[in-house]
Amino acid sequence: MQLELVKRDAPSGTMLFAAPFLAIGLTLLTSGILFALMGFNPFEALYEYFVSPLTELWSVHELLLKAGPLILIALGLAVCYRANVWNIGAEGQFTMGAVFGSIPPILFPEWTGPLTLPTMLVLGIIGGALYGSIPALLKVRFRANEILTSLMLAYIALLILDYLVRGPWRDPGGFNFPESRNFSDEQSLPVIVEGSRLHLGILLSFLMVPVMWFFMSRTLAGHAFKVVGEAPRAARFAGFSSSALVYGSLILSGALAGLAGIMEVAGPIGELRPTISPGYGFTAIIVAFLGRLNPWGILMAGLLLSLSFLGGEAAQITIGLSDKMARVVQGLLLFFVLGCDTLVRYQIRFSFGAPKTAEQSAAPAAPVTQGAGDAA
Amino acid sequence: MLLEGILITIVGAATPIVLAAIGELVVERSGVLNLGVEGMMIMGAVCAFGAALATGNPYAGIVVGAAAGVGMALLFGLFTIYLASNQVATGLALTLLGLGLAGLIGEDFVGTPGVRLEAITIPGLSAIPFIGPALFDRDILVYLSFAIVAGVAYVMFRTRAGLVLRATGENAEASHALGRDVRLIRLAAVAFGGACAGLGGAYLSLALTAQWTEGMTAGRGWIALAIVVFATWLPGRLLVGAYLFGGVIILQLHGQALGINVPPQAMTMMPYLATIIALVILSRNQALMRRNTPAALGRAFVPDR
Repeated sequence: MQLELVKRDAPSGTMLFAAPFLAIGLTLLTSGILFALMGFNPFEALYEYFVSPLTELWSVHELLLKAGPLILIALGLAVCYRANVWNIGAEGQFTMGAVFGSIPPILFPEWTGPLTLPTMLVLGIIGGALYGSIPALLKVRFRANEILTSLMLAYIALLILDYLVRGPWRDPGGFNFPESRNFSDEQSLPVIVEGSRLHLGILLSFLMVPVMWFFMSRTLAGHAFKVVGEAPRAARFAGFSSSALVYGSLILSGALAGLAGIMEVAGPIGELRPTISPGYGFTAIIVAFLGRLNPWGILMAGLLLSLSFLGGEAAQITIGLSDKMARVVQGLLLFFVLGCDTLVRYQIRFSFGAPKTAEQSAAPAAPVTQGAGDAA
Repeated sequence: MLLEGILITIVGAATPIVLAAIGELVVERSGVLNLGVEGMMIMGAVCAFGAALATGNPYAGIVVGAAAGVGMALLFGLFTIYLASNQVATGLALTLLGLGLAGLIGEDFVGTPGVRLEAITIPGLSAIPFIGPALFDRDILVYLSFAIVAGVAYVMFRTRAGLVLRATGENAEASHALGRDVRLIRLAAVAFGGACAGLGGAYLSLALTAQWTEGMTAGRGWIALAIVVFATWLPGRLLVGAYLFGGVIILQLHGQALGINVPPQAMTMMPYLATIIALVILSRNQALMRRNTPAALGRAFVPDR
């Protein structure tokens, strides 16, 4: 038996919609098998993981709280990926946003007023955008691969943060803990739901979904990003500058990641620490792909990935499942999302018996194709 | 004595990168870009550690570490080669999955002393001043890293198999038209890359430290990817590049001893900064890049019916 991919004339509309759900189903199935292998009742574990966080109001609040940064970062990454610009350093842009935005409360703690918070947010956006512009500059000027440079810059940003909070920015009255001083109320985002940690930033993050949808589907600039990614030659003929689009996509996604960063430290965290993110910048890559690079899809995907973080915490407390499982589930999900994407562009056929042409007689061996069939 | 000590640590820092990078070089020469080196490497590290601990035999650890790398690589190959999924994104998925799985598998290993891979002293050669102790009084993985680089250089440029591999990476359609099974060739290359990344990981948890810590690869898989670009896909240059990087990495170990007074974070930052600088310097030389970059790199090949 062998596997054949037959290119579709046009992407399948049904599959376009069904593929993400198929991927989620396959992830649940595989996770269930993994839970069983680890000695847990798979149904109980899956319930704890994906359902129980939704049964209580406080954990729904937490769900939205974690989904906010994921969605905001993924909205920016989607623009990059549409333009075929592979920014995988959002974690670094998030961190630099947090660092830049924290300049007023840490270096000028006495300056509090109605302008403090907006200044912090703007600085956060600038920090993320500047940091995002570095791989853009290196790509446009020197043709250095942005995948590697953006990731290396993420490692560097985390070390800069570490240096600051252990060194010059450490709270003088903080008993030598590696933390900055606490942000005051004027330096923090206001809570919008009484009794929860939901702050104004989360509302802002969700509001960016329709904004980015409008930008990508109703404006010329948004259209340019898509064209340069899908048909670079057509983009050239249309007069879109590919350099400008590289800068634009990386600066835009850096700005959004930076905003997410400052809103995280001026929101639920309330200070700078060595670790300010459970890997939002990397998980947002999964969110962007699961959401099919579409803002509304990203909204749904962000909620689902946030659920996987929460479920991981919940399952650790209730049934003692390792919290490391969350990252495994997230990794599996991205794999299946990408695999199921094939169904949109190709029909999969299994042919039995002799191949049709002599050239095809050197076709792939059977064990491999069976495995591929399972995954499909 | 300081110089000798520095040489010894450079070899230790460079070997895991040599191993991971030479595997990826073969993968990319076949036309496939596997960004999951970090994920395969860390799976190699944790599985090698566990197997060595369970059997008490570090050589069992090496075999299992390589096998873990192959397993991860085959998963990647299945998706990118047979399902034509996006290579960049699938490679990222492999890294995320590998980091997660390794954390899960290694949860009980944290803080457990591991089994150390002992050195095999080569009589005579190891007595050479300076380079003797650094190169000829080492464990088998150091020797193996040189042997693999030499083997790849020979096979790739002196044998028919190497020609077929390179042709597939340059023009998959032509290779297919000549009756070659492009997908199988690429899968084999990807599996080889996985084995090498697994060995690189095994070196970290058996020889360099003999312990398991979460995220212990610390970006070495990504640096290996950059080394392949830096080496313009040539094995000899890869060895030079990896050893230059080994030198940069051990700066943080010897910086204090040499009296360099900068924050430790700045030292840790050096390999990442050096990677960016190296990429910039190499990438601006477009003629050099174009001559050696596999033309079909990163493009999925779907045979026509």
